[in-house]
Amino acid sequence: MFRNLTYAASAAAGLAMTSAPAWAQDGSIDQKVNEIFASSTGWFVSFIFSPFPGTSFPWIVAWLVVAATIFTLYFAFIQFRAFPHSISLVKGDYSDPNDAGEVSHFQALATALSGTVGLGNIAGVAVAVGIGGPGATFWMILAGLMGMASKFTECTLGVKYRNEYEDGTVSGGPMYYLTKGFAERGKPGGKILAVMFSIFCILGALGGGNMFQANQAHAQITNVVGDYPGWITGIIFAGVVFAVIVGGLKSIAKVTEKVVPFMGVMYVITALIIILMNFDKIGWAFGQIFEGAFTGLGVAGGMVGALIQGFKRAAFSNEAGVGSAAIAHSAVKTKEPITEGFVSLLEPFIDTVVICTMTALVIIITGQLISDPETGLYVLNEAGSAIATVDGNSGVALTSAAFSSAFGWFKYILAIAVILFAFSTMISWSYYGLKAWTFLFGEGKTTELVFKVIFCIFVVIGAAASLGPVIDFSDAAIFAMAVVNIVGLYVLMPVVKAELESYMSRLKSGEIKKYT
Amino acid sequence: MSEKFVVGYDGSDASNRALEFAVARAKSQGGSIVVAHVLEWSPYSFLTPTELEERHKRRNEELARAKSALMDPVVEKLSDSGVEISTEIKYGHIAKTLATVCSDTGATQMVIGRDGETSIGSRVFGSVASTLAQMAPVPCTIVP
Repeated sequence: MFRNLTYAASAAAGLAMTSAPAWAQDGSIDQKVNEIFASSTGWFVSFIFSPFPGTSFPWIVAWLVVAATIFTLYFAFIQFRAFPHSISLVKGDYSDPNDAGEVSHFQALATALSGTVGLGNIAGVAVAVGIGGPGATFWMILAGLMGMASKFTECTLGVKYRNEYEDGTVSGGPMYYLTKGFAERGKPGGKILAVMFSIFCILGALGGGNMFQANQAHAQITNVVGDYPGWITGIIFAGVVFAVIVGGLKSIAKVTEKVVPFMGVMYVITALIIILMNFDKIGWAFGQIFEGAFTGLGVAGGMVGALIQGFKRAAFSNEAGVGSAAIAHSAVKTKEPITEGFVSLLEPFIDTVVICTMTALVIIITGQLISDPETGLYVLNEAGSAIATVDGNSGVALTSAAFSSAFGWFKYILAIAVILFAFSTMISWSYYGLKAWTFLFGEGKTTELVFKVIFCIFVVIGAAASLGPVIDFSDAAIFAMAVVNIVGLYVLMPVVKAELESYMSRLKSGEIKKYT
Repeated sequence: MSEKFVVGYDGSDASNRALEFAVARAKSQGGSIVVAHVLEWSPYSFLTPTELEERHKRRNEELARAKSALMDPVVEKLSDSGVEISTEIKYGHIAKTLATVCSDTGATQMVIGRDGETSIGSRVFGSVASTLAQMAPVPCTIVP
């Protein structure tokens, strides 16, 4: 039972709960594609998400969490030591005024964030709390804090080994540090890892970064306005994405890039208001989180169930260790690669420790999860698969219900937020995919156009069809990126350590100083 | 001590009036002129991944365009005025950056134009002229 649940939640991260109606519409073509895809890729999906023998703990989650722990220890809790310095860097305290007009630390961080903040923070957390109980929040925060060290490592390398071209453009990311970094250290296999990473990155971009987003956006729209064919949403989305990535229509991208952070801030503020409105329950809610973290409070799977859900949610939400952020962060203007590492460690903090926690707290504090007043334990739903909720909601509907219980109009705002988050995630992933594509096939207008057109076609497929196996596969591809990337990080982490020590000593000696 | 004038210049009629005013003063007083152009820029704006990648290239293009379209014609036009002319092209908040240019170049005066805008927009958000009237580090002449 739990095996199935774990699988559904991990592979589709809430999709199963929220877009069931979309999955029901099987056309014969869809079915055919499903069958072919499932039979040829099923082994890969099962492999990536397979649990350790005798447990329900997927090894890929352990892979990410163990890596985060190793980086945390290797860099001696850099995420806490460097936190204040990271804030100063983002504020621009150490930016040379003569570099005005270049990409600032803030801009690199904001762009990377708009690629990671998305459905995972809204729908995924609801799935985690719904299955793992409030205790999942504790493990999610812990994994988010650890993940900061993974981001730090990969983003430092992303800047250090980026390509700077004569015309002034830059390209960076795992494919470059895997090749150049391995060669520099005299290690074999860098090129092979880079090619593998690029292939997984393209697949992940088309799937998790595209079809999953289009599919969920359509599901959200139909939730609000009623059911209609998905291809309509798909065509509109594809048209807008096409206009932005092929037509270079900056205005739409600009609007999104401005509205998305605003939506993020508004989401957090609304959550804070709801939490403050129930201030008498704050202590109780944290009590539930801590108690649930170690006892499970009657949740299916107990403490381990809470732990798996929390770890998984954090890993899947902030993408720490996946390598995608290293691509986005590499354009920053800095002479010190390590500074972007410092800045990037704020990303899992904002994404997971702040935004995901807000979602979880609102769900807990508004009493969406039903517990037995006598024993204090949570009541499971009829299937015994998740905690029973008021009105039986799960996934994004659970988040929506929690927020709407305080402000009825919030479900409309949330629908808009989901669509915009989906859109900005698609724009980001189209870029990540393109970088991997050009790494494999070379740069050039035609090669780039081919990828962009393929990307737009997949938007329509994602919104129209209910290609469960395809989405499972592309999610697996995103995590396969992490397998390759983290191997590279282990090999290259001494490089980051050397950068860190050099920078810290110069910071201490006053050689690196504030401009303001 | 000879006067050094920083003139805020963006090619508009108002900025040309400011420049003429400054040139006339510099001529009579034997001073020099720094023609400053500021490209509006905030390090806290939001960009797409593609814009991040191309930022350095675009910046170079923007600087080259500002030089060829704005600064070079001015320098040429004033080459026989007998006044020493230098140029500065900077990125940033317009009023703040002009103030910084004054401090950095050791200017003694600043001259800017205004277009007499009285729209609601400039009343609410302020204009470069009114901001500089408040924060200029040196005496600031606003030419109508």
